[in-house]
Amino acid sequence: MDGFVYPNEGEIQWSILIVLYPFITGLVAGAFVVSSLYHVFNIKALKPVASMSLLVALSFLLVAPLALQAHLGRPERGFQIFLTPNPTSAMAGFGYIWLFYLILVTVEVWLVFRPDIVFYARTRGIRGLVCRFATLGVTEISEEDRQVDERLIKVLAGVGIPSAAMLHGYVGFLFGAIKANPWWSTPLMPVIFLLSAIVSGIALLIVMYIVISKLRGKPVDHDCVQTLAKWLLGFLAIDLAIEGLEVLSMAYEAEESWGAVSQLMTQQIPISYFGIQLFLGSLIPLMILGYLALSSGMKAETFTRVALLTAALVVVGVFAMRWNVVIGGQEISKSMRGFVTYTPPIGGREGVAAAALFLMLPFYIFSTLVSIIPPWDRPKLEDVITQPEPDTAGTAAWETASALQGDVWDRRAR
Amino acid sequence: MAISRRKFLKLGTHAAFGSMVVYTLRGVLPGEGGTDNADAEGDADWSAYRPEDHSWAFIVDTMKCIGCGLCARACKLENNVPWEPSCNRTWVERYRFLKDDEVLVDSPNGGINGFYNPEGPERIVVEPTVDFNEKGLPNYVPLPNEGGEVDSNKIEKSFFVPKLCNQCDNSPCSQVCPVGATYKTRDGIVLVNQDRCIGCRYCIQACPYGMRYLVPKGKVTPTGQSGVVDKCTWCYHRITKGMKPACVEACPVGARVFGDLNDPESEVSKILAKERVQVLKPDLGTKPKVKYVGLDEAVK
Repeated sequence: MDGFVYPNEGEIQWSILIVLYPFITGLVAGAFVVSSLYHVFNIKALKPVASMSLLVALSFLLVAPLALQAHLGRPERGFQIFLTPNPTSAMAGFGYIWLFYLILVTVEVWLVFRPDIVFYARTRGIRGLVCRFATLGVTEISEEDRQVDERLIKVLAGVGIPSAAMLHGYVGFLFGAIKANPWWSTPLMPVIFLLSAIVSGIALLIVMYIVISKLRGKPVDHDCVQTLAKWLLGFLAIDLAIEGLEVLSMAYEAEESWGAVSQLMTQQIPISYFGIQLFLGSLIPLMILGYLALSSGMKAETFTRVALLTAALVVVGVFAMRWNVVIGGQEISKSMRGFVTYTPPIGGREGVAAAALFLMLPFYIFSTLVSIIPPWDRPKLEDVITQPEPDTAGTAAWETASALQGDVWDRRAR
Repeated sequence: MAISRRKFLKLGTHAAFGSMVVYTLRGVLPGEGGTDNADAEGDADWSAYRPEDHSWAFIVDTMKCIGCGLCARACKLENNVPWEPSCNRTWVERYRFLKDDEVLVDSPNGGINGFYNPEGPERIVVEPTVDFNEKGLPNYVPLPNEGGEVDSNKIEKSFFVPKLCNQCDNSPCSQVCPVGATYKTRDGIVLVNQDRCIGCRYCIQACPYGMRYLVPKGKVTPTGQSGVVDKCTWCYHRITKGMKPACVEACPVGARVFGDLNDPESEVSKILAKERVQVLKPDLGTKPKVKYVGLDEAVK
């Protein structure tokens, strides 16, 4: 503690777990936007990451509410937010917006991966079993079916863009609407959150795509990485400009609260703000991405390495931004005369270890999803269509035995 | 009509049964009914009280406050507020203006033991036990700057400012509560239904005055709840029975005045009729109901 803080402000109320919440939902929104760039805006170069980005979005979306839930003083009452929402509360909408988005992403994943699900439903083992459930009884697929699917996907991906903007703009609004806090209270907050969300999502996909390709021993699609890097450059530039404008106008207007805000930036969070968020996470990547976009003669291999490193910096920078907003905002005492300091504990329900666990969980979910419906080396539609259908002939006894083993569809596919 | 009578009746029965199920569930689920943080004694009988007949007001005369901290201590005792320094329904701040334009502000332990010299002998008694003499007066009534932690020659002026919940007319805390646990009564007091509070602490973020705290680990509210938010209620359990809030009762100099604006003869009505008053952070538009006499611009 530094200076005078109100007696009840002894410690920070929203811990590192609440830093994760906007970070994770941001990645969801960003990943979804990438898939929509392919599905709605027909940016063909993004094909290698289009379906993967949907699985990434779903994995992170499933984890998003967990960190919030774990942070509640009474976690067992968390569901009340669905049952008795207060219409004037910005937070009360969270459950509904999240649920809506979950349904949207799940349905889109299902539609995009429908041929795969049908294909794997005819195989043995756990995957076959899961996919047989996942077909929802629709085990046949034809060219015409697929055309209907494609149209639906386009609609959902289109609806998904404003929804992603809602989901994350809304998270920004949660903070931006708190007039008691000068570091949060700005109408620009939803815009800043949204832009940084898209930035972090694209950057994460660059990292994941390159790392996964290396792990699988497959070549990295240069065109895809190049396109992602260009989009990242564009969004990062706008994001940085808006964030800069926000601080600039606060400094220029120099209202009463500016004293506290400038002290926060220069004395409380200078390393995470100027060092990580602005310098390492925004300015340096901006320059590198600018260089990558302009230079033409670079070797693909070098380009990939540089892009990987830059994208990783951007992801870290956005995490620092979430930290600086959530934790930084709470460090300013509402007395405007002092600061509260926060160092997260390592253990405990709200410690660094728990936060790391919540950050690893989406990757675990992702790897599980990938083991069922891998977004790469996908079966061709013709193969699925020509794949033998379950046999209805044969002896009754054999059928019964096979059905008991759960592999009646499997017989001819072998 | 496309809908047959038979179908309509069937639908109606289903709807009635469905809503019955929902309402039964609502009773079983946590948060329905229950007690709020005004019910400090757990035996509140509201039958004789008509909230719509009252318009409560609170006036703090900063010119009178001597910083004894009895109000803050009385509050802790009356409302079973945990003795932790970070749990306060009310507190007293000390402002000292030095001649070189510096302003020193402090409120050690919310001022429950008055003001002392942090470098001097430890005077703070967290659990009050024998700190009152046989006359019921505190043994220790500190004076501003007693102990000389700042050279008194350097001090230009100093004063105390008691703080308590403003019971804002336009209260940000009840606005942001996601489950409606914080709400405003018809007589204008903002209360927390601690059977409903989920402990998200959005209200703590939203209150510009730092009036709210989370009940610390291992502690419970008088109604037995842990992990929930608590705040000043202007002693709702007392004022609804015709008594004054504990802090008003405890103040030896009349710096805290409480009353009903609907009664023109009440002390608050009379003071407001002649004094110039100010509220805290008026620019935020929260419309506080605590009015300050002699408020300095340095006080936020």
